[in-house]
Amino acid sequence: MRHLLGCADLSATDAIAILDLAEEMQQVQSRPVKKLPALRGRTIVNIFFEDSTRTRTSFEIAGKWLSADTINVSAKGSSVSKGESLRDTMLTLDAMGVDCFVIRHPSSGAAAQVASWVRAQVVNAGDGQHEHPTQALLDAYTMRKHFRSLGNDGFAGKKIAIVGDLLHSRVVRSNVLLQNLLGGEVVLVAPPTLLPTGVENWGCQVTSDFDSVLPEADIVMMLRVQRERMAGGYFPTEREYTAGYGLTEERLRALKPGAGICHPGPMNRGVEISSAAADAANSLVLEQVASGVAIRMSVLYHLLGSDEGAMR
Amino acid sequence: MSLLITGARLADGTVTDLYLNDGVLADPASAPVGVERFDADGLLAIPGLVDLHTHLRQPGREDAETVDSGTDAAARGGFTCVHAMANTSPVTDTAEAAEYVHALGEREGHCQVQVVGAVTKGLAGEELAELGMMADSKAKVRVFSDDGKCVSDSLLMRRALTYVKAFDGMVAQHSQDPRLAGPTACCHESEWSGRLGLPGWPSQAESVIVARDVELAALTDSRVHVCHVSTAESVEIIRWAKKRGVKVTAEATPHHLLLDTPLVASYDTTFKVNPPLRTSEHLEAVREALADGTIDIVGTDHAPHARQDKDHPFDIALPGMLGLEQALAVVIEVMINTGRMDWPTLVQRMSSTPARLGQVPGQGRPLAIGEPANLVLVDPTARASVDAAASKSRSRNNPYHGRDLPDPVVATYWRGRLTYSR
Amino acid sequence: MADPATDTPSPQFSRVVADESEVARALTRMAHELLEANHGAENLVLLGIPTRGVPLARRLAALIEKVEGRPVRQGELDITMYRDDLRANPTRNPGRTAIPGSIDDSVVVLVDDVLYSGRTIGAAFDALRDLGRPRAVRLAVLVDRGHRELPIAADTVGRTIQAADDERVAVQLAELDGTDAITITRTGKES
Repeated sequence: MRHLLGCADLSATDAIAILDLAEEMQQVQSRPVKKLPALRGRTIVNIFFEDSTRTRTSFEIAGKWLSADTINVSAKGSSVSKGESLRDTMLTLDAMGVDCFVIRHPSSGAAAQVASWVRAQVVNAGDGQHEHPTQALLDAYTMRKHFRSLGNDGFAGKKIAIVGDLLHSRVVRSNVLLQNLLGGEVVLVAPPTLLPTGVENWGCQVTSDFDSVLPEADIVMMLRVQRERMAGGYFPTEREYTAGYGLTEERLRALKPGAGICHPGPMNRGVEISSAAADAANSLVLEQVASGVAIRMSVLYHLLGSDEGAMR
Repeated sequence: MSLLITGARLADGTVTDLYLNDGVLADPASAPVGVERFDADGLLAIPGLVDLHTHLRQPGREDAETVDSGTDAAARGGFTCVHAMANTSPVTDTAEAAEYVHALGEREGHCQVQVVGAVTKGLAGEELAELGMMADSKAKVRVFSDDGKCVSDSLLMRRALTYVKAFDGMVAQHSQDPRLAGPTACCHESEWSGRLGLPGWPSQAESVIVARDVELAALTDSRVHVCHVSTAESVEIIRWAKKRGVKVTAEATPHHLLLDTPLVASYDTTFKVNPPLRTSEHLEAVREALADGTIDIVGTDHAPHARQDKDHPFDIALPGMLGLEQALAVVIEVMINTGRMDWPTLVQRMSSTPARLGQVPGQGRPLAIGEPANLVLVDPTARASVDAAASKSRSRNNPYHGRDLPDPVVATYWRGRLTYSR
Repeated sequence: MADPATDTPSPQFSRVVADESEVARALTRMAHELLEANHGAENLVLLGIPTRGVPLARRLAALIEKVEGRPVRQGELDITMYRDDLRANPTRNPGRTAIPGSIDDSVVVLVDDVLYSGRTIGAAFDALRDLGRPRAVRLAVLVDRGHRELPIAADTVGRTIQAADDERVAVQLAELDGTDAITITRTGKES
């Protein structure tokens, strides 16, 4: 595996290897010296064309704990406004001897384009409305841990409901692709205006009736809905959105016992998720955050641990 | 210059000699002994191709294309006339601007350059440009288009259609509802746009404008031309309107005949074009419509872009691809080699009909004694792998790069002068 | 560190230099030597280096427990990330590291199957340094085959074998391979 551009690039074996190694990596967090020498001498540039403190920080910590030199470049709004093309921006940094770019970009496909231009390896830290593979991996890691805590292993037969603005979400695409590998059953829940074109061929159940999903879901993953979508006519008011698709206190009670609640953040409390749900005993939101560093350490190790850059 | 082309086969199958003398076709029997000869045995001679839809980028973006380089590419593709679209900088929206481009064409063109005038000032879609003065200028503008942008205001479109009747003009519409397909729309709305996370451009964003425009053409009894038809829905509407006698004509681009949506899966911005590459069922509908005449002509929408305007993320890179050099190759591949179309029909779609729509005298004429010597010698069986670097264009956004395609153009003659030779 | 997938010797070129009972005797002696040197099991932590060091550490711990009458701490120490040839090889998925409590002020016994260049043990020192500060570190190996590339010596050795460069010395253990044996295989190429 040379790059991680999306879950579409992963095999089931790769995905499980990344999750398994993340467990080892999580142990490192409890050591007196939180550092492994595996990526000593490697240079990782986190280049973020869009703000994301959470993702950027966890990639930075992951790189540092593996002893890589990590550098953050905030490139928000830079290239086009300065008249520089994305290609020139990336080739300039590439020429400095970077080993790996961790790239976040508001445009779909940017990570794949960069990978086709530069010599360095590329990790997609979220591209537009396309993919966010490390988020899906950390979601799966969190879910697997949750399932194990309930005494069962694996994803087979597990129902994972993903609810919210699926049209503009890169998280949903990566999660669906990853669960297709891991064996979880995904149920997509959204108003019809916020469903991607062709979603019926994604190999998962699609519905606009959230209430019908509640009693059978093992995981409900709530996605952030942005206020500007109202202006786009995707739904009339926040109130109506919450009534139909929010994880309200009433819906929280309708979940089956042990169902885990996920949210990739940042949360709009009171819109797609009530505080009661966000802070519930079965909320996995903070677990997700805690898993982020371990998953990213695992991904960076898999990509950069060997000069051959190959896992298979 | 005098030249005797011997043994050429015409589109209708007859074999003949062609005598090019003083820019016209003369009686081969009158050719003097010792005149320069060209043995065209096995080659086809067809009238020089006419493109109703070319972006030459001059003035304003001479780094991407000039009249010189663009018409050089045209000659390489077998064209003897191109129509230079108005979206230059400054926009061709005045008589002066039109005459400037016209003069450039006369001075530097490797083929005839007809000027297309803007419909609205600055392509802003708000006020009519000086349509009449452009028509009366030395450029004799007859085709008006805001191409690149849609004249989306229904009332303004009605006025434009009515106004151009005074000088028998034609409005060529870039059909794109700006709300259904906004500025970020860059991928045919389909399972592909959904998977790739690219903002979708639904086929109906085209067909709703086509439907409105044919109604306005009926209302005004004026001529509307639908640029780059890319969808099955548009084809159906045009077919229906023609049956009703509406004065609507339509064009298909080479790329909408051959290239489909999955090509954008690599996010290679060479394949970003507006309207976007469609899925196979739309390609099929466009091919069928070009064969049966619902679509009247092939227009290249040759849209050169400098590398720095393409090396951006997919939703930000400029839309457009080259077309002049491979247009004939693509039409041969898709229409002739599949038996969908014969050579006389190809000549209509790529030469005589576009010349008639653009009202260009001396172009698209049959290869007969007394006619202007605008012609192409074609080897219908030659093939080659397309090399973007070998282009005569200043730009390299060639979507056919690396593809095995026919390589038909052996020589192009414009006004009796050799403008391209293999 | 031996690799389980490639270590199974092909019979025609292999010879067995120690069988099940000889391996058992060697381990018993090693357990006693460790106890003797440490003056008992006080503070001992046995860390097996994956793959075959792990069952060896378990066996040594069981033998010590039998003598001392109380359990001795044992765990696993994976050194993949600390290898000096990490980048030169295809990515390996590291093994587990499981440390039984703090190693500060304990006497850590590193346990491995074959001691050869010494680089694995060198990497293990680096790994230990990140985990704490033992009072002392000892080394127990079932086989010492010589050809060291680092100044490292084992404190207790099951069997010393003079093997040539083009020979492979492999340990098989019942837990992983179904049988206990030490074999030498002529590979025909310098390893």
